[in-house]
Amino acid sequence: MTMATFQIWRGDAKGGALKDYTTKVSDGMVVLDAVHQIQAEQANDLAVRWNCKAGKCGSCSAEVNGHPRLMCMTRLNQIDITKPVTIEPMRTFPSIKDLVTDVSWNFRAKKTITRFKPRTPDAPDGTWRMQQVDIERVQEFRKCIECFLCQDVCHVLRDHQLFDEFAGPRHMVYAAALEMNPIDTEDRVSDLKKAHGIGYCNITKCCTKVCPESITITDNAIIPLKERVVDQFYDPVRKLFRMFQP
Amino acid sequence: MADAAQPLVLRRFGETRRSDAWWLTPLAVFCGFSAFIIYSTWAAFQNANYTFGPYLSPFYSPEIFGDSPHAWFGPKPAAWPDWLPFSPALLILPIPGLFRFTCYYYRGAYYKAFWMDPVSCAVGEPRKSYWGEHSFPLILQNLHRYVLMLVMLVLGILAYDAWKGLWFTDPATGTVSFGIGVGSLILVVNVVLISSYTFGCHSMRHFVGGCRDLLSRAPLGTKTYDCVSCLNRRHMLWAWCSLVSVGFSDLYVRMCAMGIWSDFRFL
Repeated sequence: MTMATFQIWRGDAKGGALKDYTTKVSDGMVVLDAVHQIQAEQANDLAVRWNCKAGKCGSCSAEVNGHPRLMCMTRLNQIDITKPVTIEPMRTFPSIKDLVTDVSWNFRAKKTITRFKPRTPDAPDGTWRMQQVDIERVQEFRKCIECFLCQDVCHVLRDHQLFDEFAGPRHMVYAAALEMNPIDTEDRVSDLKKAHGIGYCNITKCCTKVCPESITITDNAIIPLKERVVDQFYDPVRKLFRMFQP
Repeated sequence: MADAAQPLVLRRFGETRRSDAWWLTPLAVFCGFSAFIIYSTWAAFQNANYTFGPYLSPFYSPEIFGDSPHAWFGPKPAAWPDWLPFSPALLILPIPGLFRFTCYYYRGAYYKAFWMDPVSCAVGEPRKSYWGEHSFPLILQNLHRYVLMLVMLVLGILAYDAWKGLWFTDPATGTVSFGIGVGSLILVVNVVLISSYTFGCHSMRHFVGGCRDLLSRAPLGTKTYDCVSCLNRRHMLWAWCSLVSVGFSDLYVRMCAMGIWSDFRFL
């Protein structure tokens, strides 16, 4: 058994501070295990949101040593436990208590994205026929577990707080999943430019780096959507072609 | 957009809980880009030592006007104002320069390394205001696809230069024969690396299939999209390799032309 010190942020919306907890750790433990152990042995009132402990529910998002990560997927042997390990809530969202933040803005923002509207069914039984090659791109986006780590690390939201202007990487992925769907008939490009502020993304790829599902957010979702916005708003040659399209 | 979340306490510039060397990558990018910008600007204004035998520096290609045998239309036009510095490179370098400036990889890299917006992920920023690419001037980055078209033309000319770099003239007899020198290989490698960078561009990926929802309707387009996507996955690598190779190609031709290095011939 080894002893490790964890500095856990304790507080609420009014404020808080890091508090030191030293506990025994063993092989195979993840950060969430250590937090649970501290909660059981030293701080019964420590608030932490968690559910699956398997990296699939997206509940235990936090900042471990300043890196946005899922606590259940961060093994202690991946970090230096000879020094105190800091565990903080996601800084981008308002604090509720300790490690729990209010991420409800994300669900409200998601509702502003135009819903999926399929074309008329291909078969009399009300089903559609799709080629694998056409749905491969959007399948990557369906892996999103809505942990909101990408939203947390995005500097447009984190440092500039442009919540009213920019929907954030998670919702760009969501919009891309709908916009590139082979049977969807809606056009979200205008909304992406105006209401969802895709132009605010400056492609620093922090969202891609923190995604626990390894979704290539910037290259496969945001940039292709930016290119579609260029098609519709900033490309006079394409506009000319569209004018003469039958 | 939905109601905004509560405001946060902003962090100061550089403030972070990260304990790793987060400053290393932006510093390396800053040094790399700065070194290239300084060297290429210096080389572009030299207007000398840019050819050696069949080799032509990629900074000076195509040589539209100039004094070397590679010039398309002869020497500098008589109407060129005296007060305006002339160099064949100044006529052509804005095209690849603008292509790299508006490239999605470079944008992300120099926003971090030069503008510090953000300097690194989850690290405090120096400024409170932010416009991104949503408004002027950075909205002009959307010109990237047009610059891509121009760069494709320049790339074709560079490929032709690499081919010409394989044909050497015997100074005694004046006969032209096939040969391979170190410079020939450098120019060929340079074209391969620039092609890998250019054909893996995000705008190219959009043109060949990214703009479609139904890739299956264009089987040839699907294969092209897959190839471009394959190159695109290593876009950063190609961007750096091609940057180094184009700079080194100019340096090699320049050193040979100045007599400091001698070009070794394999054939």
